[in-house]
Amino acid sequence: MTLDVEKIRADFPILAERINGKPLVYLDSANTSQKPRAVIDAMSSFMEHGYGPTNRSAYHLAAEATERFESTRAKVARFVNARSVNEIVFTKNATEALNLVARSWGGANLRAGDAVVLTHMEHHANIVPWQMLAAEKGFEIRWVPLTADGLLDTSGLDRLLDGAKAFSFTAMSNVLGTINPVADLVAAAHRAGAVAIVDGCQSVPHMPTDVQAWDADFMTFSSHKMVGPSGVGMLWAREEILEAMPPFLGGGNMISDVRTEGFTCAELPAKFEAGTQAIVEVVGLGAAVDYLESVGMANVRAHEREITAYALAALKGRFGDEITVHGSCDPDLRGATISFAYRDVHPHDVSQVLDQHNVCVRAGHHCAKPLMRLLGANATVRASFYLYNTTAEADVLCDALAEAGDFFTL
Amino acid sequence: MPGLEDLYREIILDHYKNPRNRGELPPPAVRTEGHNPLCGDEIEVYLQVEDGVVADVRIGGQGCSISQSSASMMSAAVKGKKVDDVRALVSRFKNMMSIEEGEPDTSVSLGDLEALQGVVKFPVRIKCAVLAWNTLAEGLDTAGA
Repeated sequence: MTLDVEKIRADFPILAERINGKPLVYLDSANTSQKPRAVIDAMSSFMEHGYGPTNRSAYHLAAEATERFESTRAKVARFVNARSVNEIVFTKNATEALNLVARSWGGANLRAGDAVVLTHMEHHANIVPWQMLAAEKGFEIRWVPLTADGLLDTSGLDRLLDGAKAFSFTAMSNVLGTINPVADLVAAAHRAGAVAIVDGCQSVPHMPTDVQAWDADFMTFSSHKMVGPSGVGMLWAREEILEAMPPFLGGGNMISDVRTEGFTCAELPAKFEAGTQAIVEVVGLGAAVDYLESVGMANVRAHEREITAYALAALKGRFGDEITVHGSCDPDLRGATISFAYRDVHPHDVSQVLDQHNVCVRAGHHCAKPLMRLLGANATVRASFYLYNTTAEADVLCDALAEAGDFFTL
Repeated sequence: MPGLEDLYREIILDHYKNPRNRGELPPPAVRTEGHNPLCGDEIEVYLQVEDGVVADVRIGGQGCSISQSSASMMSAAVKGKKVDDVRALVSRFKNMMSIEEGEPDTSVSLGDLEALQGVVKFPVRIKCAVLAWNTLAEGLDTAGA
C-alpha cells in the first residue's frame, strides 16, 4: 500500500468499534466519511475553550473564534487552489451550494430560449435545482449521454453546448466512479460561451484539486465527505462571477446596510453567508483539511487506485459473470466507488446479509434515478472505499457477497 | 444482532421464489401503484371487487425479497375475502409491523403472515413489508370499497 493504512486507521476512533464482536467494514464513504480524532478534538476543544461568535463582537474570544473560522476559509482556498479567500463560500452542504448557483447565478442569467447542459450521470442535487428553475424560467435542459463503459459520450458535446449558457457536470460519478476530464469539459463549455459548473463532491475528497488548472467557473463540494463534520458545504467560484451575482439567502451577516426602504449587500464572501454560520463545524473542517494535507491527496488517490484495481479483480475473479460492475474497469478512469448487481439478488437483500458481517454498503438509487433507469436497475449495491480502507476489506466484501448468493439462490 | 433467520423465514423465501398471483387484471379491475423511494421497490396491485368481496387480485412489480414476498402473501390472504375483513387484516398487519398503535384485534387471523413478524427487528425493512399493504388499501379506496 502507498499509504501507511494502519496508521491512518488508528487515527479514526470509530474503526476500532466492534458490533457484535466483529470489526466495522465501512464501505460507504461516497455517502459520508468517517472522522479522524484530530477533527473530533478540534471541535470539542473549540467548544470547551474557544467558542465565540464570528464577525460580530469586539472581545478577545470573538476575535479568536473569527480567526479560527476565517483561517479555515484560507485553508480550503489553498486546498483547491482558489485565487483568493473571497472565492470560498460556506453553505450548509453541497446541495445548498448547487441551489445557490442555480438560484442566484441561474436566476439572474437564464431565460426562455436558453439551455443548460447536464449529464446522465448527475446526482439529484445537480438536476433538481435546474429543473425547479427551468419550470419558472422556461429554459431547456439538455443531457450528455454515456458510453457503455459509463464514461461521458462527448462525441456530440459541441452540438449539445451550442447556445447553452451553462454546463454543469460532476467531476466524479457517485455511482459509476467515473472520473471525468474536467479541464476538457470546461474548455468545451467556454468555447460555446457557457459557464462551467463542477460538482466536486466525490472528487475533492479523493484526489488533488486545482480549480485554476481546470479554469472552471464554479465548484461545489462538502465537508462531511472529506473527513470533516456534516453541516458545512462549500462553493468555490470566480470572484468576478460572485460579485455580479445577486445574494441567495437574506438576513444578517450578508448585509452592509439595512433601512426601511431596502438593503445593500456585504462584501464577498459574506454576501452569500446569511445568518450565524456553522462555526464549530467550520473549525472541524479546518482540522479535516489539515489532516488530508498531511496525508497528501496524491497519496490518497494512489491508495484508492490500488484498492480499486484490487477490488475489481477480486469481484470479477470470485464471481465472474454473476456480477455486473457498472462503469469502467480501468482504474485510471474511475475512483474507488463501485456499484454492482450481483446475480438476481436484490440490492436490499445483499446489503442485509452484508450487514450481518458489519460490511456497510449503500443499496438504492444513490440519488441518481435518471442514471439508474439508464442502467436498467431500480437499485444497485454500492461499495465505496476511502483512505482508511484496505484490500483485506475488499476480501471481506467478497466473502459476504458469496454468503448472500448462497442464501438467495433462486 | 438479530440473525438472518429471524428475517428470512422459509415461507418468506418460498413466496419470493414462487410468488403467488403474479400478473395483471383488465379493467374494470382497479390498478394501484406503490413504490419505496428509499430503495427502489415497486408494486402494482390489481383488484377486482364485486359485491363487497375481493373477487380477484394480482400483483406486479419488482423489488427486494421482503417487499415481494409480503405482496405475494398478501394476495393469497385477501383473495375471496370480504372488503371489511381485508381492511381489518391490513390494520392487523400494520399493527404487527409496529406502524399502527393500539391493541391488536386478535380475532383477525394472520396465518402465514406471522412469518413477517421478524421484520420488526430490522426497522429499515418495515417499509418494504408494508408497501403492498398500503398500496392495497389505496386500491380499495379507489374501488370505492
